[in-house]
Amino acid sequence: MSQHVISIQVENKFGVLARVAGLFSARGYNIDSLAVSETEIEDVSVMTVVVRGDDRIIEQVKKQLNKLVDIIKVTDHSQVNSVQREVVLAKVQATPQKRAEVYQLAEIFKAEIVDISLKTMTIEVVGEPERVENFIELLRPYRIKELIRTGRVSMIKE
Amino acid sequence: MKLKGAQIIIESLHKEGVEVMFGYPGGVVIPIFHYLFDAPFRFILSRHEQGAVHAADGYARATGKPGVVIATSGPGATNLVTGIATANMDSIPLVIFTGQVSTETIGNDAFQEADVTGITRPITKHNYLVNDVKDLPRVIKEAFHIATTGRPGPVLIDVPVNISNAETEFEYPDRVNLRSYKPVYEGHAGQIKKACKLIEQAKRPVVYAGGGVVISNAFEELREFIKKTGIPITTTLLGLGIYPETDPLSLEMLGMHGTYYANHAVHESDLLIAIGARFDDRVTGKITEFIPDAKVIHIDIDPASVSKSVQVDVPIVGNAKNVLKEMNKIVNAPSIDEWISHLDKMKKENPLTYVDSDASIKPQYVVEKIYELTKGDAIICTEVGQNQMWAAQFYKYTNPRTFISSGGLGTMGFGFPAAIGAQLGRPDKRVIDIAGDGSIQMNIQEMIVAVQHRLPVIIAILNNGFLGMVRQWQQLFYDKRYSHTCINCQPDFVKLAEAYGAVGIRIDRKDDVIPAIEKALSITDTPILLDFHVDREENVYPMVPAGKSVKEIIMRELA
Repeated sequence: MSQHVISIQVENKFGVLARVAGLFSARGYNIDSLAVSETEIEDVSVMTVVVRGDDRIIEQVKKQLNKLVDIIKVTDHSQVNSVQREVVLAKVQATPQKRAEVYQLAEIFKAEIVDISLKTMTIEVVGEPERVENFIELLRPYRIKELIRTGRVSMIKE
Repeated sequence: MKLKGAQIIIESLHKEGVEVMFGYPGGVVIPIFHYLFDAPFRFILSRHEQGAVHAADGYARATGKPGVVIATSGPGATNLVTGIATANMDSIPLVIFTGQVSTETIGNDAFQEADVTGITRPITKHNYLVNDVKDLPRVIKEAFHIATTGRPGPVLIDVPVNISNAETEFEYPDRVNLRSYKPVYEGHAGQIKKACKLIEQAKRPVVYAGGGVVISNAFEELREFIKKTGIPITTTLLGLGIYPETDPLSLEMLGMHGTYYANHAVHESDLLIAIGARFDDRVTGKITEFIPDAKVIHIDIDPASVSKSVQVDVPIVGNAKNVLKEMNKIVNAPSIDEWISHLDKMKKENPLTYVDSDASIKPQYVVEKIYELTKGDAIICTEVGQNQMWAAQFYKYTNPRTFISSGGLGTMGFGFPAAIGAQLGRPDKRVIDIAGDGSIQMNIQEMIVAVQHRLPVIIAILNNGFLGMVRQWQQLFYDKRYSHTCINCQPDFVKLAEAYGAVGIRIDRKDDVIPAIEKALSITDTPILLDFHVDREENVYPMVPAGKSVKEIIMRELA
């Protein structure tokens, strides 16, 4: 079971997200993350899906996606050289005594403190999946009160 | 010229060459029915929306043309769901119109509102909700294109009532422009060469062909391929008729209730050539033991069907007709005399058979007699269950589009309305629905449609007072606990037929089977219901139990 990043170019039409999501659920494929956005082309959107499965499952996922009429192109970014990024917001327990430690950690990861309260700090980190994971791990000892991630986006390198 | 949305639908269908539409009216489709009143094509009013969609499906299977259906919003549309799913599983082209509440009330739980595009999304090839009347001609054009090309399937168009009433300039597009939908029709030349090489070297090859050959009308090409290579052929349920079962190279049907020799030939093969078939679980049985020694060539128009359940050595994505045409140009026959004589011997030793009786009517006997008396020239529709399997086994199919059955979804109640559609599409043929006493009751209300249009559809009920296939499983695998499968409390089918104005005949003795079928065949202006009271606990054999391998095939009743 390996993780695959699948980039799906779709017609920017009503119901397309439901079609893609429905396909995953109907066939029992598990989505790790899903990010949807507009692109440089007005009527085209892109969905980046991170999905786990063995080669046969991934092959089926790609083929089934390609079958959907509103899907223009399906690319597996795990097999090509690509830039992958994700944004994370993490709210951690940080009393004034702990602030400096958290701040230092954020510095190392080039993360930004976006909100601060008496008991908490909210940190934003942008980066490659692995870096983001590492950062989250290092935050855990401070007790993460709330965590949210955008899901991965990915672009093929020239 | 400015037209209302409702008129645009009628005009577009006319331009698509639609000859018959099936459906049922209701509140939000009244504007469309207003113009259907004097439409330039036939309209067949069903008595339940499910009857309409199955009839359109039967029409499509019998003629190769898309079936067209209309129903109202909410319950009208949800009543179509089983029929849409049936067509979707068997790749049948349908274009379905459903009414919808007006665009400004969508989402407000309006009267007879249902999220029909949502409900049908996983069971259609594609669907549309029309939000602007200007889109309507393009959407209809695209719907017919998508439904009938590539791997065909049902396409649904949900039309809000205000769109039917809105006006726009009407111009029907002559072409579609869909950048995201371009099915591949031509097989890859290199792959075709590779496949032919494998074929020439094969020692124990078998062709396994299915519905894709029907859809692509590849009968001539398939027959030529078999003639050129001398390779034996088995077909799936939906492939019955694509190759004459009377030919010595035919192994007839494979799968759970396929012949001993078809299943063993495939199991022993060293090369399996799959053409327009999708390795359904009812065909493969236990997948890991399906073809232990075989390489696989798979010709299919749907890339997603290739290597889905069985790893394929030479995939060829393309339309079966085109691919076979190319293969026929270069393929050489393998030397397989030994294999053929091995299979001939196997056929002789393990024939498809049943134990006949004079004391009762065997259902297989009825099917055999229908075959003989129609000279194999009828269109046979079936319901689902034992009736379906006996119809598949004991009638020998020699022509394509003469066997119509719900294969993938296994929909009880499909056969009779499908027979109505088939008869409308093929008035030159005798159409016979081989039914069970269970499934015929699921859409019996359509009888009046056949009466109204004077369609001489024959319903042959193999009446055993049981939901026979489930009872068979209960007998074999569930300690003979016949939980809720005994349905011998049943209507008088003869009186029922007569109440509808059709002809009904009850047959209790073996001697009466032939005269009854002859009588039915002599009637040409009204439906005939033949109620054959058959041996109640007859089972369908051979049987490869679900999830088992061919080695565990059950050939006959165990003492």
